[in-house]
Amino acid sequence: MATSSLQRGINAFVEQIDGPVATFFTSCVHCGLCADACLFYTETQDPQYTPIHKLAPLRRVWQQEYTFWGKLMSRLGLGKPVTDAELAAWEPLVYDSCTLCGRCSLACPVGNDIAYMVRKMREGMVASGHAPEGLKNATRRAIETGSPMGVNLNTLLAHIKHAEKETGLSVPLDKQGADYLMVLSSAEIAEYSEIIPAVTRIFHQAGVSWTMASDGFEGTNSGIQIGSSDLAAELLGRIVQAAERLKVKYVISPECGHAYTALRWEGPNLIGRPYGFQVIHIIELLDQLRSEGRLRTEGVDVTRMTFHDPCQMVRRGGVIEQPRNLLNMVAPNFVEMPDAGIQNWCCGGGGGVSAIARAEPLRIKVFSRKKAQLDAIGADTIVTSCSNCRSMLQDGLEHNHMDINVVGLTELIAEHLAPAAK
Amino acid sequence: MNPQELLYWVRGTGLQIAAAVFVSGMSYRMLHLVLLGRKKSLATPRGSEWRSGLRTIWRRSLVMPELTARGRFTVTAGSLFHLGFFITLLFLSQHIDVLRAILGFGWPALPRGVIDITAILSIAALIALLAHRFMDPVKRLLSDFQDYLSWTLTFLPLLTGFMLLRGIGFDYLTLLILHTLSIELLLVVAPFTKLAHMLSIFAARWYNGAIAGFKGVKV
Repeated sequence: MATSSLQRGINAFVEQIDGPVATFFTSCVHCGLCADACLFYTETQDPQYTPIHKLAPLRRVWQQEYTFWGKLMSRLGLGKPVTDAELAAWEPLVYDSCTLCGRCSLACPVGNDIAYMVRKMREGMVASGHAPEGLKNATRRAIETGSPMGVNLNTLLAHIKHAEKETGLSVPLDKQGADYLMVLSSAEIAEYSEIIPAVTRIFHQAGVSWTMASDGFEGTNSGIQIGSSDLAAELLGRIVQAAERLKVKYVISPECGHAYTALRWEGPNLIGRPYGFQVIHIIELLDQLRSEGRLRTEGVDVTRMTFHDPCQMVRRGGVIEQPRNLLNMVAPNFVEMPDAGIQNWCCGGGGGVSAIARAEPLRIKVFSRKKAQLDAIGADTIVTSCSNCRSMLQDGLEHNHMDINVVGLTELIAEHLAPAAK
Repeated sequence: MNPQELLYWVRGTGLQIAAAVFVSGMSYRMLHLVLLGRKKSLATPRGSEWRSGLRTIWRRSLVMPELTARGRFTVTAGSLFHLGFFITLLFLSQHIDVLRAILGFGWPALPRGVIDITAILSIAALIALLAHRFMDPVKRLLSDFQDYLSWTLTFLPLLTGFMLLRGIGFDYLTLLILHTLSIELLLVVAPFTKLAHMLSIFAARWYNGAIAGFKGVKV
């Protein structure tokens, strides 16, 4: 980020344009249907938030570098080069008003995966120096201290000590040869540390061989969110190194959307080789334990409960049925929100938006979409499996004076573990 | 060159040049997209790229149930235009005669009355789509020169064709020349503008489905 310049940004744009990007731009007929799939447009009715419009500078670079028409215009001096001022103007569109949720990618009639392109465009934005301060600072903290929220090993050790006291069980750290390496999100360590006793109890009951690593415990990847593959690889490399040092068979992705994207889908491409282990989302693992009869619950929560699908886990990640299977164990009054599943609406704070202070008023405004979903079903409790979504939901509910309890799915399951194992 | 000679050139050499530019231009454009390629993902797949890609090519042709007013209008008018355009193109007896001369085989034509309706529907839908492009704030913001150029190039063959069938405005020979020229203009320009979406759309849908299918997401 230190040596960013417009030329580096343009070069990064050119490098990011691959077959899919060129095909998507070639196919776009400017129909505007993606606008109605984006909560930043639907809740503001401001056309600048139309997803494909957020890509206009990248599109122009594609035109000028890859198409006959664009090359001809440039030759004739009629091409309009992308400028620093333009990228500065686009920064709020590419970051503040896009959570990379990918709902637009489902709506496009010609099939453009717009979120795929925004992720790529961010690479050029970072290279040109046009990334939001909040995200830059979060990424800098992650690189320097290991966490975008500034939590460190001492914080984790304190939580582990507390969890051991609470559960009477040992929390394994740096255990060589364990089957699973548990990774946490920044927000879990900072705000939702009850996840540690929860997984400790669950894994104890299920007989899971697991550990945490003192040199790779943080899965939140600001590098992915800001759009810097180099930084993303550095952050991810710490987990890969820890997993390979401890010779685990699996790395468990935490309840964090972009941590899952980083670990499960982008990771091997970032480090340039396949892993020597597999990645499994915590919710996938819990559902697997359930299906094997190793996860047993007792009692139910009779409140009217619903599930908020985290975009990166569900629409962009494919973990869709598993949370519902788990909720079926403990939530007899479970009710789906309208548009649940892969069509769910984002919490408004994903993709790094929650780290951008200036984006807060807009994020709170567009929460009206989630409010409408919740108002339609009258839920008492909203369960989710992404700590960032959880935090954003709590924030949005508070701003809207909505008395709805927000809980993490893993903790909910742990609360209902069969007593012998508690 | 008198009008008869011009018609002879337009229907002969002119059409051959236009067809050659269209075929080679589209082939180049599509080959370019394919050759750009993408890096093979090193992540472990959860599902099939191919199956999901092929499925998405089909599924994105279906009207989505949750469309807003803008979406409903765009999809309805867009579908009417495309349907009317292709029926008129492929089932007007005069078009079939031309295609038979090129391909060596033909097929039954639709009655003139039906073609009149499909042509009018297609023209009306195109005009409505243009009006919507001017009126709708989202579309207006997105639209650029190529959108209007593509619209004009698509509209002209439909308009001149309808005038030709109905004998409106000019004599038959002039209208036939204008109609053929408008088609040739469309053929020559299409590969280098967003009209290339007529083929790239299949690749775009495939990529979209493949990216999701790799992760086990049914889109």
